[in-house]
Amino acid sequence: MTTKLFGAKVPRVEDQRFLRGQGRYVDDLLTDDPRLLHAAVLRSPHAHARIVDIDVSDVLDLDGVVAVWTWDDLTGPMAEPLPLLIPHPTLTHGRTQYALARDEVNYVGEAIAFVVAVDRYVAEDAVARIRVDYEHLEPVVGIDAARAARRTVHDDVPDNVGARMEQENGDARAAIAAAPHTLTLDLDIERSACTPMEGRGTVARWDPDTSRLTVWSSTQTSTGVRGCVAAKLELDLAKVDVITPDVGGGFGVKVVHPWPEELLVPLAAKTLGRPVKYTEDRREHFISSAHERAQQHHVEVGFDDDGRVLGLDVEFWHDHGAYTPYGLIVPIITSTQLLGPYKPQNYRVAFESLYTNTVIVTPYRGAGRPQGCFVMERTMDAIAAYLGKDRTEVRSTNFIQPDEFPYEHGLVFQDGRELTYDSGDYPASLAKLKELVGWDEFEEFRAEMAAQGRKVGIGLACYVEGTGVGPYEGAHVHIETSGKVKVATGLTTQGQGHQTAFAQIVADTLGVRFEDVEITTGDTRKMPYAVGTFASRAAVMSGSAIHLAALRAKEKALRIAAEALEASEDDLEIADGVVSVKGTDASIDLGTVAVLSNPLRYAFDEASKAATQFSVGDPGKPPVAEDDEPGLEGKDFYSPPRSTFANGMHAVIVETDPDTAEITILKYAVVHDCGHLINPMIVEGQIHGGVAQGVGGALYERMAYDESGQLLNASFMDFLMPYVTEVPTSIDIDHLETPSPLNPLGIKGAGEAGVIPSAAVFAAAIEDAEGFPITAMPISPSELFELRLAHADEPHPTSPSLGS
Amino acid sequence: MKPAPFAYLRPATLEEALAALAGQQGAKVLAGGQSLVPLLSMRLAAPSTLVDINALPDLSHVAVSDDGVRIGALARHAEVLASREAAERQPLLAMALSHVAHATIRNRGTTVGSLVHADAAAEMPMVLRLLEGSVDVASVRGRRTIPAAELFAGPLESTLAQDEIAVEACFPALAPGAGVAFQEIARRHGDYALVGVAAHVETDGGEVTRARVGFVSVSDVPVVVDVTDSLDDPASAALAELEPADDIHATAAYRAHLVKVLTPRVLADAVHHARDRKKS
Repeated sequence: MTTKLFGAKVPRVEDQRFLRGQGRYVDDLLTDDPRLLHAAVLRSPHAHARIVDIDVSDVLDLDGVVAVWTWDDLTGPMAEPLPLLIPHPTLTHGRTQYALARDEVNYVGEAIAFVVAVDRYVAEDAVARIRVDYEHLEPVVGIDAARAARRTVHDDVPDNVGARMEQENGDARAAIAAAPHTLTLDLDIERSACTPMEGRGTVARWDPDTSRLTVWSSTQTSTGVRGCVAAKLELDLAKVDVITPDVGGGFGVKVVHPWPEELLVPLAAKTLGRPVKYTEDRREHFISSAHERAQQHHVEVGFDDDGRVLGLDVEFWHDHGAYTPYGLIVPIITSTQLLGPYKPQNYRVAFESLYTNTVIVTPYRGAGRPQGCFVMERTMDAIAAYLGKDRTEVRSTNFIQPDEFPYEHGLVFQDGRELTYDSGDYPASLAKLKELVGWDEFEEFRAEMAAQGRKVGIGLACYVEGTGVGPYEGAHVHIETSGKVKVATGLTTQGQGHQTAFAQIVADTLGVRFEDVEITTGDTRKMPYAVGTFASRAAVMSGSAIHLAALRAKEKALRIAAEALEASEDDLEIADGVVSVKGTDASIDLGTVAVLSNPLRYAFDEASKAATQFSVGDPGKPPVAEDDEPGLEGKDFYSPPRSTFANGMHAVIVETDPDTAEITILKYAVVHDCGHLINPMIVEGQIHGGVAQGVGGALYERMAYDESGQLLNASFMDFLMPYVTEVPTSIDIDHLETPSPLNPLGIKGAGEAGVIPSAAVFAAAIEDAEGFPITAMPISPSELFELRLAHADEPHPTSPSLGS
Repeated sequence: MKPAPFAYLRPATLEEALAALAGQQGAKVLAGGQSLVPLLSMRLAAPSTLVDINALPDLSHVAVSDDGVRIGALARHAEVLASREAAERQPLLAMALSHVAHATIRNRGTTVGSLVHADAAAEMPMVLRLLEGSVDVASVRGRRTIPAAELFAGPLESTLAQDEIAVEACFPALAPGAGVAFQEIARRHGDYALVGVAAHVETDGGEVTRARVGFVSVSDVPVVVDVTDSLDDPASAALAELEPADDIHATAAYRAHLVKVLTPRVLADAVHHARDRKKS
């Protein structure tokens, strides 16, 4: 009997391949094709300049150079700006770059020329020979400069404001004015970036015999890339295939498309009639992919004696970099997800999305939520400190209660749908977290440590994450005559373990062996209708679609098996790939059912004889009934009415060295609720990775731009991604499973969970240890030292935030 | 991130290597490559020729004698770190080497290469300076010994001539009655230190007769300060000779603060070390 796999800690089957170096990434493709050409890109060394002249005359003389493109060489749609992927009515001044800069560059790293040569070495030599005459313009770097608007990034965008958006539920300002207590906070978050192990990369091959283009790209959306490539190169969609091989991490940056190179590589391949490859290097990734996070917030909050928020008014400024290809998704998510598990009676949020002469800002794991969570949780801590209340008590007072779901916030979410939470049990999550981290015993621990001259602090942070955004995903399930099950879903995989998790769903739904299920993702030849893998949506969207498609295949299998076994469908069961009549020996393999599903004229092997015309079927009827199709397949799509909302709470205990200001993590605890767990091991892996990335964002990573717009730390030597030695040695995790009513499996997304509360939870713990407010993240020991100096004259409470 | 074109030579003898260097104004020596190769890849260095010395014989030694530890040009950090005899003869070697980058880098990077790369943010140049060691260099013109005090000319600049190869470094033995210690603060494990401090003390009957402190990352060249006469406030004495600077990882004030925190600590550790050695 097949055991139920949904919910089991099934080891990831893909890891054997990955850990043995057998993954196949874009850069591994076509390496033995002698006709393969390699591309390199000339990038702007200036943050803001007009291009007066580009001289490529020295380039083609170089042995091994095949072609060079500048904007002047582009025609038709390729010469137009790149698409603005997600327009929004408030994005009144959206701007996107050209595939190759036309007459102005707006960040260090912007693509100017594209060279194709026999290898990357020669291509880089050639890039070094291109001479560009620039007229320097003053750059706008950082939110302060963008707001001051003494100069502008784009001549036709006044005050650097790309968008101004406001949402309100109730009357926040009136409620604050009438509240017994009010507080004001000014908060800052700096830039960071996804920095996946594998950067961007694209390979393309043009087949002149069939006029067909094949593109392999390291992307989070193969269907998106396909649509863009077809449109820009003016090809019929049917002539373009996009395949996503193994992807070494995305974290959001690869959902942006098309990158200039994603169009230029296919263009070059088609033009030159030879396959072309572009593999981004690490420096290019830092200066020409995407960043995130930078925002400044001004918060006004009114509350009562219990800490209940009566009115919350947030204004913030979002640095979106030089262009807005991904619209306003990040600040919209910040503005709505800021609310977390709480229900302020009145809420107003307004933001400006600002241009700066820096790398574009698009979603990075968490996608605006870490900033929102930081702001809301800093506010909760400030209220607790002001009232002298326990920080968990103030949060409890403001929680949405379990009987209040579905809870409508009266706002519009990033998918254009109502911000309505589907389910959750925040009081239960908090109780688990307090237990897990030892919240109530912490003062004892603090005293013990203080006796040794050591300084410790505890913090917690709660978040709600809208996951599984639409519009849809689909799946195709095909049971082959061997009994093996081939499943295709269109979204991509960048390390999430889809082969494992999706096969668990199929094995359970169909009643087949896990080992017999093969999942294909991100291949437009197999599933041309898809959206992509981002926003913690793959399990919810494709998981549900795969389940529905498997049900359809199962329905058909049972119908055919019932006929073959001369039994009622209701009496049949499927286990381990065998359909049997319950309580009898009568059975038929699913593979045989698949044979019977496809009436044959020709037998190609022993098994297929059973389906040939003299063996099967009623000679009086058509072999395939009018409303039926040959083959044992199921296809379905899942399209939810709105997002499902996962939630979680993190707590951390840190030690801050009284002398060196070094910050050490002593304990990290996570309570997580993403509805039913398909595979707890994969969910915990996602949390581990997220927490590690969050530690980086809170304590180590930043984008160090100087005033001229040069990124000073564009390498892993100076961009301090944490090593394994910097992340907690253990992360205590507890799960709550509040199922989502929105999908057949009751699941919610988990991909971004681990990273969302990091800035908030570390700020809280460091503040608790130090006794002065932490209002800007990330924070380094040097910054903590400077804060200590600034607060040196203040009285030093021993228990600043826990209170009485 | 691919290097500009260069010629590549892999000589089999030191003489060939020296001849190659002498004949090529733009030639550079490749040993462990842990600093040079990234510089090549980022096109921050574009030598005309790389003279790869990894095939040269008899340069991989970690030779321990009564005088001290002699380290050949091809001995990897990891090999020096693994030598128990070296650690006994001069304990500061192992103390400092464990802070040099990560295991994978130590497996390839050479100690002598690190010395002549002359990075004031690296541990080993300062250690050589503190221990008053030396480097033997060879060229077609002959051999000479450069004392540590004369080795470091400026930021990432040694006093080796373009045609010279550092063939061996000598770290003197720790004298009886002397003690050493090392501590550093880095942003991440294995990173270049924000501040690193090593101390060398000589004692006589429990009294400190000489005390010197070396510093990493708070000056342009490795700096050693004699604090024998300022043991009541050695950090201030040191800071008078250091030039901590702001960078993206720390302010100058924080670096100066770390000098104040670490200097007395490391001196105390070194005094303890001297006493513990006497006991054992």
